Amino acid sequence: MNNVIGLNTIRFIILLLLQVMICNHIDLFGYINPYIYIIFIFLFPIKDERLVLLLTSFLLGMLVDLFSDSGGVHAAAAVSLAYARPVLLKSSFGMLYEHHSIKFSTTDLGSLIGYITIGTFIHHFILFSLEIFNISNILLILKKTLFSSIFTIILSVLIIILFSRNKK
Amino acid sequence: MQQIFNFVIRNKTFLLFLLLFSIALALTIQSHSYHRSKFINSANFLTGGVYGTMNSVDQYFNLKVENEILAKENKLLREQIFNKLSQTDSSYIDSTYSKGQYRVTIADVYKNSYSASNNILTLNKGQKHNIKEDFGVMTSNGIVGIIDNTSNNYSTVISILNTKNSINAKLKSSNHIGSLTWNAQSPNIVQLEDVSQYAPVKIGDTIETGGESSIFPKGIGIGTISDFESDISGDTYTIQVKLFNDMTNLGTVYIIENLNRTEVLNLENSSNE
Repeated sequence: MNNVIGLNTIRFIILLLLQVMICNHIDLFGYINPYIYIIFIFLFPIKDERLVLLLTSFLLGMLVDLFSDSGGVHAAAAVSLAYARPVLLKSSFGMLYEHHSIKFSTTDLGSLIGYITIGTFIHHFILFSLEIFNISNILLILKKTLFSSIFTIILSVLIIILFSRNKK
Repeated sequence: MQQIFNFVIRNKTFLLFLLLFSIALALTIQSHSYHRSKFINSANFLTGGVYGTMNSVDQYFNLKVENEILAKENKLLREQIFNKLSQTDSSYIDSTYSKGQYRVTIADVYKNSYSASNNILTLNKGQKHNIKEDFGVMTSNGIVGIIDNTSNNYSTVISILNTKNSINAKLKSSNHIGSLTWNAQSPNIVQLEDVSQYAPVKIGDTIETGGESSIFPKGIGIGTISDFESDISGDTYTIQVKLFNDMTNLGTVYIIENLNRTEVLNLENSSNE
């Protein structure tokens, strides 16, 4: 049990630092940044309390906001993703979720990518809607959501495959 | 009573989500109004420390470019000194009256951002160095923004690449003024709005600060006109301004304090009453 808490704490800190020190400054083509800190929310242990996940996601989002001077947009998006997570898990993994027997290190890669894709789009759409905060710029919001999501999904899947999947 | 407790316990996840989401939303809304992002900003010891460490590594990669900029600026300053000397050579100078109107502080940019719609920079000078809200920030090329929040050692700057900002600017060739805004499209182009239709607008002309805002001195360069169109009503022009500054690459900046600012503001307030 302690092992799980320790692993998640380390993941929390490393992802936060990676996000604010490197990923916030990539600015590909001027405005595309990946937001890889949401990997923490994707990989959070499933059996644990949902309240803990909500609170830690809020804290993580708030810290990213603190570093990027963005008010509370990351916190709002991260909390929404954490709240929507059970629905995403059910739709992507189906029976496995019902039996509480998902292990991210051994699940089928296709459903994992599906799960991450939907989650990332939800998170980024809320993030950019709140950041731009102007419904007349809906095209800009959608453009940013699409391109940043693609970047985030590719990076997230690569990171998860590299670091937390068991070698066969 | 029992029922209320039961309701809370049954829906605790949803209620907690609602609470956290509204806190985040409140902070977002508050950060969208000018000068209100007081609680969550990067002018504090934690973020300042992390960005400071990053900056000390990052500086080495830009040394060559920074040196070139400094050398260019030295040349410019020397020219100005020589011109000044030759002008005032024969006149009488009383040092008590010739105290400058502006005080300049050098600062390093600890965090730069240009991809969001409201960009905010972090500098490594704060209240300890006499930096306060509403001081101007510029580089040797042109203006960068206005100081927003300050802590003891750090301060945040509302960049000109910020949809909340509007800075007074004018054409160099005439005295027609307008206000500088940004439409969040490109980090090299800002918009100058509400310029009178009588202004002689030509592509390639220079735009500079107007000196009306009491934040920046008059005549600091901003950029050149890259395109312009008249509004639907036909009374005013909206001008696309290509910035002199490369906002994506800022190392050292100058913070400008107008020592007469309070006097000007007091005077304006008393005439408004």
